[in-house]
Amino acid sequence: MIQTLESVIKEHPFFQDFPEEHLPFITGCAKNVQFPEKHFIFLEGDPANEFYFIRGGSVSIELVIPHLGPTTVQTVGEGDILGWSWVSPPYRWHFNAKTLKRTRALVFDAKCLRAKCEEDHDLGFEMLKRFANIITARLDATRLQLLDIYGHDD
Amino acid sequence: MATMIENDIPPGLSLDPMIPQLYRIDRVRDETDDTFTLSLVPENGETKISFLPGQFNMLYVFGTGEVPISISGSPAVPSVLEHTTRSVGIVTKAMGLLKPGDRIGVRGPFGSHWPLNEENGRDFVIISGGIGLAPLRPVLYFLMAQREKYRKIVLLYGARTPEDILFKKELERWRGKFDLEVQVTVDRAASGWRGNVGVVTPLVARAPFDPSNTVALLCGPEVMMRFAIMELQKRGVPHDRMYLSMERNMKCALGFCGHCQYGPGFVCKDGPVYRFDQIASVFGKSEV
Amino acid sequence: MTPKGPRFNSSLLVSPAQLDQLLQLLIKRDYEVLGPTVREGAVVYDHITSTKDLPVGWTDEQNGGKYRLKHREDGAFFGFVVGPQSWKKFLFPPVSRLWQAHRSDGLFEIVPEVRKPTKFAFIGVRACELHALGIQDKVFLQGPFVDPEYKLHRDNVFIVAVDCVQAGGTCFCTSMKTGPKASAGFDLALTEIIQEGRHNFVVRVGTKAGADLLSQVSHEEASPADVELAENLVADAAKHMGRTLDGNGLKEMLYRNTEHARWDQVADRCLSCSNCTMVCPTCFCSNVEDLTDLSGQRAERWRKWDSCFTTDFSYIHGSSVRSTARSKYRQWMMHKLAYWFDQFGTSGCVGCGRCITWCPVGIDITEEARVIRESDIFASAAG
Repeated sequence: MIQTLESVIKEHPFFQDFPEEHLPFITGCAKNVQFPEKHFIFLEGDPANEFYFIRGGSVSIELVIPHLGPTTVQTVGEGDILGWSWVSPPYRWHFNAKTLKRTRALVFDAKCLRAKCEEDHDLGFEMLKRFANIITARLDATRLQLLDIYGHDD
Repeated sequence: MATMIENDIPPGLSLDPMIPQLYRIDRVRDETDDTFTLSLVPENGETKISFLPGQFNMLYVFGTGEVPISISGSPAVPSVLEHTTRSVGIVTKAMGLLKPGDRIGVRGPFGSHWPLNEENGRDFVIISGGIGLAPLRPVLYFLMAQREKYRKIVLLYGARTPEDILFKKELERWRGKFDLEVQVTVDRAASGWRGNVGVVTPLVARAPFDPSNTVALLCGPEVMMRFAIMELQKRGVPHDRMYLSMERNMKCALGFCGHCQYGPGFVCKDGPVYRFDQIASVFGKSEV
Repeated sequence: MTPKGPRFNSSLLVSPAQLDQLLQLLIKRDYEVLGPTVREGAVVYDHITSTKDLPVGWTDEQNGGKYRLKHREDGAFFGFVVGPQSWKKFLFPPVSRLWQAHRSDGLFEIVPEVRKPTKFAFIGVRACELHALGIQDKVFLQGPFVDPEYKLHRDNVFIVAVDCVQAGGTCFCTSMKTGPKASAGFDLALTEIIQEGRHNFVVRVGTKAGADLLSQVSHEEASPADVELAENLVADAAKHMGRTLDGNGLKEMLYRNTEHARWDQVADRCLSCSNCTMVCPTCFCSNVEDLTDLSGQRAERWRKWDSCFTTDFSYIHGSSVRSTARSKYRQWMMHKLAYWFDQFGTSGCVGCGRCITWCPVGIDITEEARVIRESDIFASAAG
């Protein structure tokens, strides 16, 4: 059976315990989307007006570094959220996002969501609470990555 | 006066447990640019060596010194001992210069082992980082040899860069042949790497195992194990089904020299494999 | 000569001259006779050839970071308590070669040490030291592995213990329940009595070997009055201990307080000099060194005493797990008073006070334990 958009969203761990009254609006902001491999979902500097739930596939978050070229700092896959630059001004992407393989996702209209969150602070709080979790988990992971724990000198 | 409990002496030890047995290097394989595997056979022609996955030997390089190295080979191959090590200090650097035919001293096997026979019918989630995959490879050989006894087996492996991934061929083979879920991630990618980039801990959150019926085995840098345990705890894996392999400075491996003390125990005899609830009160405590 | 030989638990009486005969007999029987003797201002343990070599007429004054020998008028043979050395130096030598290796044609052979058992006779072993020997027996003989050198010599040790009739300034054997009376583990035990013109020793027989030796030397039966006198002297010593340590729930108390502020305070004083571990009769840590000669064809492995206070003791993967004085002192004290229970079933401390006396800054293990206990904020929760 094809799942409805609403049921996909409801089942996603991100939306666990999300107040029912906001779900229709959220669902209205969301669309299914598919990308082929080696496709740039967004580029550094582009306006950040979406975020994505990855439903399948793999995306590389990368930075172009002089002399090194495009360098992957992290990959996200099924079940991960891609993109939080839509939360803070100036609402522009800090990294490139490029698919490593064919990827399916839910894309959310963040511009619309941002406006609604300004109006309805309860909705805003629910969204930010959940994004805060994602950002702290990513920060922990990044710090661990920085420690370079596998390479040590004696 | 106490007498020696002869039944408990591992077959590789003489009556003086500080005297190494003589082994010969049979094969040297470079795994990465700073990691290598030695295959050792006994000089006295013995064909049966036994150890349990998780145990280690003290390896002696003539005139240089002795270091503890986990056994990384298959427990079912009775004639060869394999050890995989990084070349980081005086002894391991000297070890890295040994060639087939050279002689090496071996004392052991020592220490506790991974809980394999007691855990039939469970999911296994194996979380390893860096050289930590080496002491877990005997586990993979063991589990693959009786695959039907277990349910899901998931291997999560973090390495520094794609060049540092150990046992690539074997991982591919197991993944392809045996219903073993293998997820590898690297801290830093080279260009052309199309796999995961990032630390191994977020992989725990999503790995396909049933927390209520899982045994978790962890081996790698302590900080990696600490964060991985947090993820396992979040998923509801109980402390008495998590096992870690710890490391400390070792000089004798017999419980005499005192160097490997870790809280109330000795890593050489109470470990190196510990059930987490047994060390939960000291694990991660600063300078213990 | 008495008509029948002494029996176990019987109490006999010997004079100083007869005690000397006992020593001569041990020497004649090829024992290496070791006992207390004065050297460079301290009582050390070394070879003695007669009772003249004992610290006759000496006593010691001990306190935190302080040790002085003083004369005493009564000519007592054992009128002191313990010095900087312990009996562990004979069974667990400070430096010991484990084996040699010879290389030729790229291969090498290992040559084990050929060790001949030595018959040691320890003269003047205190009750606390008997317990310390028992504690080291547990470490070296009763674990999954046996130390062959320790075992070789331990099987042959003849022990003449001495009950303490005075307590030392840093002693707390009564708190640790290890003295001052020698209760087990000796062949013979002496209590020195010097009073009203008499100077002799009540001797308790502990083993058949002790009985056998004593039967070869002239002696008398000790009268009930003598026995009571000896017991009173020892009981009196028990009342004058220089220190006390409350052992109630000590292990649990320390486990609760691994982050207590006191550890920082002691860290400000501790020099990590490792004196405490060197003088402690139960400390057993060692290091292993692999050496070659200049030709590179001969190698040796040596074992040497080590201390958890040394910089690299816990070195792994590029740094030491315990690098601060705080963590090292905590490790030492918690091992001695808490972890030891989990490892070996007893306390590691026998209350001899050496660590207090020989600490250059006078850190006192009993005081550290008391301060932590008195400010143990987790105590009531623990019940």
